[in-house]
Amino acid sequence: MKRTGPFVLSVVIGLWILVAFFVKPLRGAQQTLLLWYTIVGAFALVVGLINLIQSHLRNLQRGQNVPYSLILLFGFFGTLAVGIYAFFQGNAFDPYSPLMWVYGYVLAPLQSTMFSLLAFFLASAAFRAFRIRNMEALLLLLAAVIVMLGRIPWTEHTFAGITEWIMAIPNLAAQRGIQIGVALGAIGMALRILFGLERPYLR
Amino acid sequence: MTARRIVYTLVFLAVAVPLLLGIRARVEPSPPVKAAYEAIEALPESSLVLIGIDFGPSTMPEMNPMYEALLEHLFRRNLRVAVLSLQSALDLPNGIQVLEKVARRFGKRYGVDYANLGYKPGLEAVIVSLGQEIRDIFPEDAQGHPLDSLPMFRGVHNYNDIALVIDLASGGTYGSWIQFAQARFGVKLLVGVTAVMGPETYPYLQSRQLVGMLAGLKGAAEYETLIQRPGLASRGMPAQAVVHLLIILFILYGNWGFWKQWRR
Repeated sequence: MKRTGPFVLSVVIGLWILVAFFVKPLRGAQQTLLLWYTIVGAFALVVGLINLIQSHLRNLQRGQNVPYSLILLFGFFGTLAVGIYAFFQGNAFDPYSPLMWVYGYVLAPLQSTMFSLLAFFLASAAFRAFRIRNMEALLLLLAAVIVMLGRIPWTEHTFAGITEWIMAIPNLAAQRGIQIGVALGAIGMALRILFGLERPYLR
Repeated sequence: MTARRIVYTLVFLAVAVPLLLGIRARVEPSPPVKAAYEAIEALPESSLVLIGIDFGPSTMPEMNPMYEALLEHLFRRNLRVAVLSLQSALDLPNGIQVLEKVARRFGKRYGVDYANLGYKPGLEAVIVSLGQEIRDIFPEDAQGHPLDSLPMFRGVHNYNDIALVIDLASGGTYGSWIQFAQARFGVKLLVGVTAVMGPETYPYLQSRQLVGMLAGLKGAAEYETLIQRPGLASRGMPAQAVVHLLIILFILYGNWGFWKQWRR
């Protein structure tokens, strides 16, 4: 029962949601099931948070990566405390609440800085790793250089046409191929789960 | 000084110098951005536009300028704007600040011209629900006002009453809008994405599932050109352009060294 129950439930609900896309009378129940999914998802988030905290507490006990774990736990509980305080003050997500102060002056600059560092790594990688070793690499390099020139205000007049062609024809063809491949893979995996050949939820 | 330090120093200078000198550069709008502009131009006055704020602080520098330019155009055309977030509750506060800033500039009123529906988890479930009845999923706005008390939502029930959906995404949310709102309900959809995501949207532009697309700082700068209001993106473009040129030079220099080594 421990294994059969979840299996039957997932097959029935999965098929219901799938069929409801094509059969209008089933859509009301589909709607309810999708709302349940949202609620279950919220609980999964809590489980994830507990797991994260436990993992970093374990790090502290073992003396592994102590500074990082300390910063994470301090950040987590500090933000939680500020959030609870902001909640009792009024709307925690009000743009001028204390929680949003933490968001605007701690989280936002940190995330922006992390993302900005990509420019440095990208430039370094371009210099060190982008080598023309074969025909494919040469084509990739030419396409990249043309597209970049097509994005530069001072050279775009010359390269805009060919840049748009690269994006709208070869890029589109490759993207569509990748997306169809990914979609077929996803359908295959979904069918395997629906028919019980794959049971990741029982692990 | 190691090669890496030289590269980093040059990148820093390439970004900082054009920004500090205030160099300006005019950009030419590309077809996807022109299509986005024309889609908004074609909307009847006072239509409702729904904007998904699905980008966080990490992508704010390239997403905020396009968001601001789009809002500027929407308010200039007297369209009603409702924002929501389906990716993270923390994406919305920044979106609200920008919305209020632009709305104030145009003298727009909350509840009449614009509103904040807030964050709702369950991406696909929410998108599908909006196709049935908006009040089922958003009985109130983010501030707790019942939707029926806001004049701008009078007579608004589902996608039939929403003229355009714009998703400003730094992740995969726009794909869900295409699958569950566009494909299922025929919603008119426009997206603003980060520069790296731009290429993956082209299949949807060709299939006309997207009515337009803005990608990265360049897309935002192109939109600013179209609405004739140079802003953050136009100011940032020269810095981005110089870094692009620098990267091209790095690639050529790296390959020159590689070629010399190979000949030996």
